[in-house]
Amino acid sequence: MTTFYRRLPKFDYVKPKGVEEAIRLLEDSDGGKIKVFAGGTDIIPKLKQRLIKAPEVLLDLKGISELEYLDYKEGAGLRIGALATISRVTEAPFVREGFPMLFQAAGSIASRQIQNRGTIAGNICNAVPSADSAPALLCLGAKVICLSRGGERKIEIGHFFSGPNETVLGSGEMVKEIQVPPMPEGGKGVYLKLSPRSRMDLAVVGVGAMVIEEDGVFKDVKIGLGAVAPTPMRAKKAEEALIGAKAGEEAIENAAALAAEESKPIDDHRASAAYRRMMVEVLVKRAIHQCLSR
Amino acid sequence: MKEKRIQVVVNGKTYELMVPPWRTLLEVIREDLKLTGAKEGCGQGECGACTVMMGGRTVNSCLVLAVEADGQEITTIEGLSEGNKIHPIQDAFVEQAGMQCGFCTPGMIMSAKELLDRNPDPSEQEIREGIAGNVCRCTGYTKIVESIGAAAKAMKGGE
Repeated sequence: MTTFYRRLPKFDYVKPKGVEEAIRLLEDSDGGKIKVFAGGTDIIPKLKQRLIKAPEVLLDLKGISELEYLDYKEGAGLRIGALATISRVTEAPFVREGFPMLFQAAGSIASRQIQNRGTIAGNICNAVPSADSAPALLCLGAKVICLSRGGERKIEIGHFFSGPNETVLGSGEMVKEIQVPPMPEGGKGVYLKLSPRSRMDLAVVGVGAMVIEEDGVFKDVKIGLGAVAPTPMRAKKAEEALIGAKAGEEAIENAAALAAEESKPIDDHRASAAYRRMMVEVLVKRAIHQCLSR
Repeated sequence: MKEKRIQVVVNGKTYELMVPPWRTLLEVIREDLKLTGAKEGCGQGECGACTVMMGGRTVNSCLVLAVEADGQEITTIEGLSEGNKIHPIQDAFVEQAGMQCGFCTPGMIMSAKELLDRNPDPSEQEIREGIAGNVCRCTGYTKIVESIGAAAKAMKGGE
């Protein structure tokens, strides 16, 4: 059990107006003294629970209006600014229609109150293995644009997570944007979340799948898994087994078993590793079937 | 770690306050403004008892720093009534017995308000999803869902 204090520990607060100012503050802070936040829905509970050491300063990104965008351009795809809230993403018609799996994943995060405050960028920066947006972003081939004094760098979402609650972001670095390429021609996607409660719960297993079927053959498949490894992961062996195979029961069952095999779940109070593994198999199967029937 | 000056509009009234950065919006609303309708339940965004509207959207005020509310417009349960006339959602909760102990009610009604602002004619499923971030340990939710349904009808002029 963690001790829970009702009051927050003491810290200072800054709210820069521009990206340059934020980067300068971060760079000068010498690592760990400043923590960046957007919605605060992850960091505030962590601070109250004393799960992390209180930083000297919390840096609020919400003063930087240039990061508030959520843009879609045909052919170029989606650009999710660091401050685009989860509600904003779920409410955008071009997300619902163009990226239904991202719409499902974002909509399954916590509650309306949290979605109104939290951001997609924050969801991936918090980097819990069960982050709902992650399997969808993995399947969609998203890229994370990070900023530091050195300039911009673009990180494949598959290389962004480095462990539970850990990303490859450096101490002077922050996320500026998540880029999501357009759904490929003929691609169908779905995100399935298994949790005891249908809302306001963390995923016991989260499965995203993106399937392109042509003439009864799997032309391309991407499978993203959440909550079954130290980081959200792609089930690459299962994907390889499916690509080029006949779009039928046999290939799907075989791939689902492979996905279960390559997942690395742990036992915890939410579920046992064995149960999670079984559910990976069930949900991968279900997800691919749903993609095929869409 | 100096106190920061903030300006907030709560229920239509402008306040200028000095707050330390580590105080939450909920603490300021309850302790400084003495508006004790919003409740502290879990303190970590799970229960929704502290739900208020900020900029027209519901937030868990226990997870919002008071300094983050600078320049924002906030509505709490106290801001819903007009003079002595309570809001139709509040009225429906009274009529349909949508509360027992009442601890969750202010938050529940704020979530219902946001839902009905967005969707004036929600299905039962949509009502249940709209209040997914609000825990009630008494009612089993049935009466709450019925109250919100009745409020929706009344607000469309069904009286």
